[in-house]
Amino acid sequence: MITNESRRDFFKASGALVLALSLPRTAFSQEGRVFAPNAFIRIAPDNSVTVIVKHLEMGQGTYTGLPTLVAEELDADWSQIRAEGAPADAGKYNNLFWGPAQGTGGSTALANSYAQLRKAGATARAMLVAAAAEKWGVPAGEIKVSHGVLEHKNRKATFGELATAAAAQKVPEDVPLKDPKDFVYIGKPAARTDARAKSNGSAIFTQDVKLPGMLTAVVLHPSRFGAKLKSFDAAKAKAVKGVVDVVAFSTPATNGVAVLARDYWTAKKGRDALTAEWDETVAFRLGSGEIMAEYKKLAVTPGTPARREGDADGALRGAAKTLEAAYEFPYLAHASMEPMNCVVQLSSVGENALCEIWNGEQFQTVDQAAVAQLLGLKPEQVKLNMLYAGGSFGRRANPQSDFVLEAAAIAKALGGTAAGRAPVKLVWGREDDMRAGYYRPMYYHTLEAGLDAQGNLTAWRHTIVGQSILAGTAFESMMVKDGVDATSVEGAANLPYAIPNLAIELHSPKIGVPVQWWRSVGSTHTAFATECFLDEIARATKKDPLAMRRALLDKHPRHKAVLELAAQKAGWGKPLGKDRARGIAVHESFNTFVAQVAEISRKRDGSIKLERVVCAVDCGVAVNPNIIAMQMESGIGYGLSAALSGAITLKDGIVEQSNFHDYPVLRINQMPRIEVHIMSSSENPSGVGEPATPVIAPALANAILALNGKPVRALPLSGQGLAFA
Amino acid sequence: MILLNVNGKRVEVDAGADTPLLWVLRDHLDMTGTKFGCGMALCGACTVHVNGQATRSCVTPASAVTGKRITTIEAVGATKAGKAVQDAWIAENVPQCGYCQSGQVMSAAALLASKKNPTDADIDGAMAGNICRCATYPRIRAAIKRAARGLA
Repeated sequence: MITNESRRDFFKASGALVLALSLPRTAFSQEGRVFAPNAFIRIAPDNSVTVIVKHLEMGQGTYTGLPTLVAEELDADWSQIRAEGAPADAGKYNNLFWGPAQGTGGSTALANSYAQLRKAGATARAMLVAAAAEKWGVPAGEIKVSHGVLEHKNRKATFGELATAAAAQKVPEDVPLKDPKDFVYIGKPAARTDARAKSNGSAIFTQDVKLPGMLTAVVLHPSRFGAKLKSFDAAKAKAVKGVVDVVAFSTPATNGVAVLARDYWTAKKGRDALTAEWDETVAFRLGSGEIMAEYKKLAVTPGTPARREGDADGALRGAAKTLEAAYEFPYLAHASMEPMNCVVQLSSVGENALCEIWNGEQFQTVDQAAVAQLLGLKPEQVKLNMLYAGGSFGRRANPQSDFVLEAAAIAKALGGTAAGRAPVKLVWGREDDMRAGYYRPMYYHTLEAGLDAQGNLTAWRHTIVGQSILAGTAFESMMVKDGVDATSVEGAANLPYAIPNLAIELHSPKIGVPVQWWRSVGSTHTAFATECFLDEIARATKKDPLAMRRALLDKHPRHKAVLELAAQKAGWGKPLGKDRARGIAVHESFNTFVAQVAEISRKRDGSIKLERVVCAVDCGVAVNPNIIAMQMESGIGYGLSAALSGAITLKDGIVEQSNFHDYPVLRINQMPRIEVHIMSSSENPSGVGEPATPVIAPALANAILALNGKPVRALPLSGQGLAFA
Repeated sequence: MILLNVNGKRVEVDAGADTPLLWVLRDHLDMTGTKFGCGMALCGACTVHVNGQATRSCVTPASAVTGKRITTIEAVGATKAGKAVQDAWIAENVPQCGYCQSGQVMSAAALLASKKNPTDADIDGAMAGNICRCATYPRIRAAIKRAARGLA
């Protein structure tokens, strides 16, 4: 995606060498005509190499993986590498898979940066070499670079020593990248750049930002989605000692009342004392049971086709045998450890007005535009500082910029008060976070399979009912085609199995509960429905689940290879003791292929224990095997948490859960042993943050089916009469 | 005024008697290593040591720990167990998002200070109150065992 149309690519900035690469102009580049420079590397005289990372570090390893690409081609020493978050500047730091937009998601961070950052590193290296060649009067081709040192016979120099001279060099046109056989870092487990700061409490998250004069805002939201603030009585809140102000706020996403104080506890006490009245004329008032009942009615009506091959209806009518199943999925909260929060400082007015934001910033371009519109500024007047995020799992990339806008609106509302332009830190408590909506949608799936007399699959009909995540977002025009939201059907419409007659249909009802992408998005439910139904078919036709999948995957070698690797490493087919069983599942998401074998046991009290998960992954070139393993473990843990007990439910429109006592999440005693096996591959790398998540629930459910003969037709498992040790 | 002994230093804090220790540390003393996650002692992100015991600071009024020794993530590295745990955390690449890890380190350090060679069941018992949404649990377990070996 990169052409090396170099212009004045190196320039000096505050004593540091800054490398900028020109990117091909996109239709969306700033002002539409200019090539924006793209700066990723800063080599300082102190010999540090700072890699500007354009993607949020929320645990998935961007501050390690992206610098690895630079260090590799630069031949830097890993110890001299620093990672720094990029500012908001879509002209320089856009996600190359998202066109003009800057942001992190869809497991794209490393994949979209792979060529870009290697090229950045290689170009910097070539210029350091040219500087040394000039200084020493030797041919560039005779200079060796290794671990941050340039060397020619008895001469040596560090990057820092050559930084100034390198800045004066001409930018080479086409710098060759390394042959993969010469990789020093790619394929090796480089240590995380953030491990130390995150082990001694010094890593700074949004929650930890403190600015002079800053006030903490704790908010009161309506208890029903869609309700509007009618009136509020601030007297009791203001009577709390230390409360500085109470202001109402309203944005296109949220509305309510904010209580401000110098510290959280005072603001929270003020919020708890506040009373407000709400206009609920258009508020959402259904319960989960009623929503599901509506979905079941819709499922038997014709949906919008997402994929059609052959004649599924005809093949089902002519089938020797048909099977059917329906699966139910609840709303899910992201429940990251750091509840949503955001720091906003407004300064100056008019032309010089600036809105500066500190945030675990996942969605720069969208947030910048939304905040600019709310405040009447230009997007470039909104400065974003990207901090570490204490988890996100998608939540911090909110399509409506909900919590970011809320913080900006509160800061704006303060403008006319005694508190003036105090910086504001919006802090949601756990309850505020869990009840704020933007959940993984509820879904209902129906599946029907046709078999011939030999038990071969001849037809597959799959109907999905659930809210569209993309409707109304910046991605709608790109990813909703012919009425089908790609994220509602991903993992189902691209079913890899060779079945001659297929019909996949979608219903996207409009429901007043805000929804959002949640780690692995559509695959969170499609992988479960497809992989569990396949096991139900295998059981009905007395086939081995592995053998059946293998026979249907001839045209999908990467699926087949991870499936076979996981099966082999798990000892698939080897006899297990009494009260033990295995389940297998395979799924591709974000171009990464994952297979898992879950091994379970039944305890004396009848409870089930997930003993072990064997995971095989093909994510192309394994840039950092350690981080890949971490992300497989993490995805399995996150998916398992939801599978066991994750459910947000509504009653009369009110969310019934509030904190970790009624929205239980996985704890250390529930975590299985996990083995991760990585396929050797020379394909371009694909993401690893999400693809392990959707596979564990069907692997576990398939093991339960194998153990007790009963299929699992709804999640979470804890609501299905099953107990887990 | 609440008088506290935090990391060996005597500090005076002008906070209401009901203010949880967590917010005294974070908002009054600007020690932000101790994290807020749930406010109900359900997640363990706020874990500190009070007289060496792992304690959820989000539900502990600061006024209730006057006269007791409070140790936070900022200073636990000065203890033998705390240092061993932090070194093991880095060696095993435990942290992902990292937000819960201050609490995890504090719980693990308290465990190792009282139990030299913890079993898996001991680890479950001491660590089950600390949630990690990134599910770094296998590496937490491995790091505790590594730290225990280092202390032996």
